This record gives sequence, structure tokens and C-alpha cells, in this order.
Amino acid sequence: MSGLIKSSLARKVVMALSGLFLVVFLTQHFVINFTSVIAPETFNEWSHFMGYNPLVQFVLQPILIGGVVIHFIMGFVLEIQNKKARGIGYAKYNGGANAPWTSRNMIITGAVVLAFLGLHFYDFWVHEMDYKYVSGLAEDPTRYHEETVEKFAPFWRTVIYVISFVLLSMHLWHGFNSSFQTMGVNNKYSPAIKTITKLFSVIIPLGFIFIALYHHLNPITH
Amino acid sequence: MKLFLKIWRQANANSKGKFTEYTLDGIEGDMSFLEMLDILNEDLIAKSEEPVEFDHDCREGICGMCSLQINGEPHGPDRGVTTCQLHMRRFSDGDTIVIEPFRAKAFPVIKDLIVDRSAFDRIQQAGGYVSVNTSGNTIDANAIPIEKENADNAFNAAACIGCGACVAACKNASAMLFTSAKVSQYALLPQGQVEATDRVMSMVKQMDLEGFGNCTNTGACEVECPKGISLENIARMNREYYAASIKG
Repeated sequence: MSGLIKSSLARKVVMALSGLFLVVFLTQHFVINFTSVIAPETFNEWSHFMGYNPLVQFVLQPILIGGVVIHFIMGFVLEIQNKKARGIGYAKYNGGANAPWTSRNMIITGAVVLAFLGLHFYDFWVHEMDYKYVSGLAEDPTRYHEETVEKFAPFWRTVIYVISFVLLSMHLWHGFNSSFQTMGVNNKYSPAIKTITKLFSVIIPLGFIFIALYHHLNPITH
Repeated sequence: MKLFLKIWRQANANSKGKFTEYTLDGIEGDMSFLEMLDILNEDLIAKSEEPVEFDHDCREGICGMCSLQINGEPHGPDRGVTTCQLHMRRFSDGDTIVIEPFRAKAFPVIKDLIVDRSAFDRIQQAGGYVSVNTSGNTIDANAIPIEKENADNAFNAAACIGCGACVAACKNASAMLFTSAKVSQYALLPQGQVEATDRVMSMVKQMDLEGFGNCTNTGACEVECPKGISLENIARMNREYYAASIKG
């Protein structure tokens, strides 16, 4: 096992597995968020469960944060090593001739998504931590929908969310399928995995964009 | 046709190189790219200037000796060919062609357009062999039945000529396609099973030691490979590596 831990293939495995884990998380995140459009009461119920269930808060949430941190730290480590491996760069490098833009610029799309996560954490996670542990306010299972909709009132925040989801889509377009190749899956199922990758990387971010725009365009008026 | 060439010139491994521009006239479309460079060198020699050094050997597209990054692509714009099989009809009168050596830290420039690709040899030596008795009692390879699909895939992997275009094309200067082809050509055959575990571990370790980058599955290597080595080989090597790691 020691060889695996030190090798370049180990770094690839870490990227692939943490990426696939985040894909699973993204799916459940989307499902819950979508209820904020079609069933606000369900959204409140599920959000309250996620916010106060000890298993979610103290086991799954740290695992998720760990997954995100590992994925982006390893991404930057790989990028630095890969830049070093080239040494002197080409005067002319026609990368577009042999590989799609999305596959060559994962560090750019990933960095934008990471910056977005900073805002997203500030918007929701920091707010929740403050509500529960700093301000020590009482449980209110009905507050989540309204708080979420209010977040999308400012035009600038909605625009940032929409742009970030476009970049997320580009990141998934290469990353999802690439994870399977890294795990050694390149066989008769690969065309199906590529199709699923394309569908997932378009539908999920488009869904998130829809949710952000819907809440921006349908503010709660008292 | 008349061409404007921008060629990397570097006196030796330790000197700092730079681009030098040349204008070359009277180039025919039927000439190969290397013949075009031969004409340039004849001109330079006639003018008592230092000719441009570049690698070449068979000039039939089978030895893997020629290299060159041409207008940003290894072996130039054509697919499935080495530089010696690239013909000048691919270019137009008045074109500017940028010619650079393959760039990778593991492929240091020796002179001008020649790079040292012995890192590939060391990867091969680390485990790219089978223990077969060659003392006169060699068993006929065909005496062992092998499933046709495996035989074909092993043969396709063995078609790798080790030219280094995969490394040159990869934005990470990764040698995964080369190494995986050399692992696969044995992994698919019964003769390669004896050293299977050690082979993949040793070759990947050597690949890392040489300073090649990490594969990010862009697929550029597969597109630029003159022998059509497939990414399936990288997936196979990954599987071999994970299995070998678990076995210890």
C-alpha cells in the first residue's frame, strides 16, 4: 500500500473519489433545494432536519467539508506539480487541437467554484452557525424558505450564483467522466458514463440556476 | 513554396536557447518535413553556419526517433503520423512555422531540437520485460492459446514507438500513455503474468521519479499519438496498479 500512497496514481485516486463524493452530495443538495420552489413546507422540514440532526451536523457535515478541502488542496498540488513537469513552456501550444477547453482548464473552473463556495458558506453555513451557536436563537422549523428566498433578492448575488453554476457545469463536464477513467473504468459502459456525465453536468447546474432565478424573480412580500 | 521558419536554437544542454528566424524558398509539397529541414541545413552549411540539429532515423514512421513540436502540436497538424511522414503539402506558401523541441522537464534539450528521451528507457528497464528463457530453449509464443481480443489489444499497445509525443502534447507533460502501453502489452498476455505485480509498481515509480506530470485525462496524448495508442491502456494500468498495491 505504501507505493500507492506516494505515487502520482494515488493523487489521481484522491481527486477522483473526492470528486465523485461531491457529485453525490450535489445531487442530494439539488433535490432538497428544488423543494424550495415546488414545496416550501417540505423544504423547511428537510432543512430543519439537516440543520439539527446530530448525524448530519457532526458526522456528515465534517466529512463533506473534508471532501471539499481534500479535493481543492489536491487540485492545487497537482496543478503545481504539473506546471513544474513541463519546465520551459512552449512558445506555441495548440491545446485546442487535441483536448477540449474544459479538460485543460479544470483549475480555472475549480477555482471559480471554490471562490463561490466562500460566498455560499458565508450566506448559509456561517449564518446557520451564528443562528444556532453564537446568537443561540430558538429552533424555528418554518424560517428556512423565507431566509433562502431573501438571499436571492440582490441582483448581484443572483448573478454570481448563476455564473458559478455555469463554471460548475464546465467542471463537471470533464470531471465526472474523468473520475471513472482514473478508477480504471474504460470499457463497454464508458459511452453510457459519458452520456450520464453530459446530462448531469447540464441538468444539475441548470436546475440550480433555475432555483436562483426563480427566487430572485419571486420575492416574498408581506 | 516560400516558408518563414521560427526555430528553437540551443547550443547545448546548459546554454540558454532562443528562436531564430529563417526564410526558405523552393519547397515542394511532396517533400517531407524532415527533407524541408535538410534543405535548410544544406543552405546553412553552404553559408558556413551551424546546421539545425534534429532527431531522425528510419524516416518511415516506425522508429520513433523524430520528434518536433510543430505549430504547437507534436509531429505537426496531421493525425497518426510522425514528423518524418508529415508532408509539406500540409502547409501553404507564405506560412510561418514555429518549430520547437518536445518540452518536458524529464526530456531535457541536448541541442537545438534534440531532446534526451532516455527517461522512457529507464521506465522500460524498470519492469517492461518478461522472464523468458532465451538460451535456445525458448518456447514458441504461439504454443499458448490467447484470446484474440487480448492478443489484438496487446499488439496495439506494443505498437507504441516511444517517440514522446504523448508527453509533449499533454498539458501536464505526463508519461501515462507511454507507461500504460508498455504495461498493457504484457498485462494482457499470459507470459506477462509472472512479473505483473512488480512490473506496474516499478514502472510507475520510475515514471514518477523521472519528473513527469500527473495525468488529468484530457486525452490530448491519444489524439496526438502517431500510433493510435488508446486511453484504455491508462485505465488498464490504473487497474493493474490498484490491484498490485492491494496485493503489496
